[in-house]
Amino acid sequence: MPEEILRIEGLRVEATIHPPGERPRAVVLVHEASLTLAPGRVLGLIGESGAGKSTIGLAALGYGRGGVRLTAGRVVLGGTEIRAAGPDVLRDLRGRRVTYVAQSAAAAFNPAKRLMEQVIEATLRHGLATRAEAEARAVALFRSLGLPDPENFGRRFPHQVSGGQLQRAMTAMALCPRPDLVVFDEPTTALDVTTQIDVLAAIKRAIRETGVAALYITHDLAVVAQVADEILVLRHGRMVETGPTGTIITAPHEDYTRALVSVRAIAHPEAPPADPVLTVEGVTARYPGVPIDVLSDVTVALAPGQTLAVVGESGSGKSTLARVITGLLPPVAGAIRFAGRTLPPRLADRTREDLREIQMIYQMADVAMNPRQTVRTIIGRPLEFYFGMKGAARDARVQELLDAIELGQGYADRYPAELSGGQKQRVSIARALAARPRVIICDEVTSALDPLVADGILKLLLDLQAREGVAYLFITHDIATVRAIADAIAVMHRGRVVRQGRKGQVLAPPFDDYTDLLLSSVPEMRTGWLEEVIAHRKMESAGN
Amino acid sequence: MRMPLSAAIGLFLTALYFLAAIFADFIAPYGMAEVVGDVWEPMSAEHWLGTDSIGRDLLTRMIYGGQTTILIATAGTLLSFVTGSILGFTAAVAGGWVDQALSRFVDLMMSIPSLIFALVVLSVMPVSLPIIILVMGFLDATRVFRLSRAVALDITVMDYVEAARLRGEGRGWIIFREILPNALSPLVAEMGLRFIFMVLFISTLSFLGLGVQPPMADWGGIVKENKDGIVWGVPAALVPAVAIATLAISVNLVADWILNRTASLKGGRGA
Repeated sequence: MPEEILRIEGLRVEATIHPPGERPRAVVLVHEASLTLAPGRVLGLIGESGAGKSTIGLAALGYGRGGVRLTAGRVVLGGTEIRAAGPDVLRDLRGRRVTYVAQSAAAAFNPAKRLMEQVIEATLRHGLATRAEAEARAVALFRSLGLPDPENFGRRFPHQVSGGQLQRAMTAMALCPRPDLVVFDEPTTALDVTTQIDVLAAIKRAIRETGVAALYITHDLAVVAQVADEILVLRHGRMVETGPTGTIITAPHEDYTRALVSVRAIAHPEAPPADPVLTVEGVTARYPGVPIDVLSDVTVALAPGQTLAVVGESGSGKSTLARVITGLLPPVAGAIRFAGRTLPPRLADRTREDLREIQMIYQMADVAMNPRQTVRTIIGRPLEFYFGMKGAARDARVQELLDAIELGQGYADRYPAELSGGQKQRVSIARALAARPRVIICDEVTSALDPLVADGILKLLLDLQAREGVAYLFITHDIATVRAIADAIAVMHRGRVVRQGRKGQVLAPPFDDYTDLLLSSVPEMRTGWLEEVIAHRKMESAGN
Repeated sequence: MRMPLSAAIGLFLTALYFLAAIFADFIAPYGMAEVVGDVWEPMSAEHWLGTDSIGRDLLTRMIYGGQTTILIATAGTLLSFVTGSILGFTAAVAGGWVDQALSRFVDLMMSIPSLIFALVVLSVMPVSLPIIILVMGFLDATRVFRLSRAVALDITVMDYVEAARLRGEGRGWIIFREILPNALSPLVAEMGLRFIFMVLFISTLSFLGLGVQPPMADWGGIVKENKDGIVWGVPAALVPAVAIATLAISVNLVADWILNRTASLKGGRGA
């Protein structure tokens, strides 16, 4: 057993919550967490939201976010017991022995200062190096992290570099003082898949080159499998399972881990082609006052009772397509045909029937429902509005819809704040279904949800499709979701459809360059995948 | 949840003032304009607060004055909130030229100091209670308009408002069912404040002689009638001043409490 950098024993973390209308009470966020980390090793902390993984990560820095307290156990960082340490000791440890990489680099950098200033700040503050030495080290880190023009990169301001580059700059910031331990808190979660792979590879290389130990926090098991030596699975603040990465992903012991590993294993055979119910023909769209085509000449078709997945990264125009179809953004050119008729481009000109037959489900269920309306009003309003249902008839239908989304009794009188994230999304689905639409536009409906919850939503959507015969226009950036749910696929890139067809065709070679990049960037649940992809890409670019 | 002490005090005093105003005719010991004693008599068993500059009972004047002041302030506040918030919400929801026209008109109104505007209007119009209420209500509506438009703009970009639009809901439903319930908390807080500004405003107008006309009593007018007494050590002018101040504070204590309560409702916007 080599010496260890970090030892956490029986850590218990509590917080005081202030539920409205009740007395404040303490809740336990982390129960009895224990782990050890040897120098140069990477431990992946994985779990869904609320699992306590970030809390444990921050505890390694002796920090509790927003009134969170470490109430029992020991946190020993390089021989220093952190829980007993005073502010001076902690200040000395943080930034020298242990550093932190946050999820949102954009929010973590000071927009008014140049990157170099911020990257070397901790090193200088601790007197670990002279300015010249620190800058030289920062440049070396920029180079090993694969940042463009490493000599001059530090002169830029945060807004002058891309999100992926900023995340790598933050990794450089964390590595610059030569710490013993770096805590990575979901460093790639906010990035597009094609960017994520570069950042992931850069982080992995930097970890290996500097020999630093790392805690890598993420909710994505496939991501952590690429960088971690060992994995600790957490749920509701308790440790579920721990072991070497290979064992966890190939032979998990616990049911919960097994569920995480097999997530997105929904098999959905592709339906045969059919005449479309909704077609978007040659649509070009711009936002008022911006002379850029957000969509240019987009043509897609959606067959009745089937799912068309519109895939693309942020900025590809996929959400704009939804706005054009719903009439919120009238197109500059092109037409939308629905059930044999051409829809008026403007929302105001559409009939109530037009509106009823195309419904929408949003990414963020929290803001898609009025917080001051009960579930009964939220689901009941479309019934009242489109079908004139009132009183008992309406309530009965609301209950029917609640049963259909597997929520059952007792939910009708709740407010959205009293529902979990997955339940909220289910209520959104029920609201859309209440209108008995022929098409539902699903805009990233599972992206804000934990994997297991998202799985439940996808299964529900497929069930409902089979039962009600509704067609989905499914907007997503996640290829795994596409595989699970689509019948046909349209790949979008910079406002254009670069590839479309039946699922089988689109996901089978030969690929165009962009689709190849997109498909090969999706992390796979096995070790060594990252290296293969990187090697494959190097070969390709060498071949070209 | 127990009512906090501050809210209890505020509620007690506010209720006291409002009840005194409503039942003025029953509880006032003397007639409103009745001369019952000497000039500026000190406090005594017959005259609890003494008498005023021409020998009327000050407590009676205070009770009737409170009636006028509170009536005008309440009616003015209601008027300003109904017009201001409906127009503000409409501007936010409709956008485009409707918003431009309303907002620029309000800017224009606000560029004229409201006291001067009120003085000019009241000097050419007959000064009566309805006119005073209308002038004050519409002047204050500009402030309410700005606030409610700003609050509503934050709410109209929410997906649930977009969902209502996609459903085909009319402007009425969007304003009253989607936006208003979520805008209520800041509006209630503002209402407490605006009510007090109304009290101050009507008191100022009366003090300047363009508000409530004698012999009708109101708190600003009582200050004016008795201000000369301060030189002689007569506290009569301070009594309405204290009444204005305590009403201001207690109404806001109540508004704060209501704000806390509504913000922490189930499904509220958070405390």
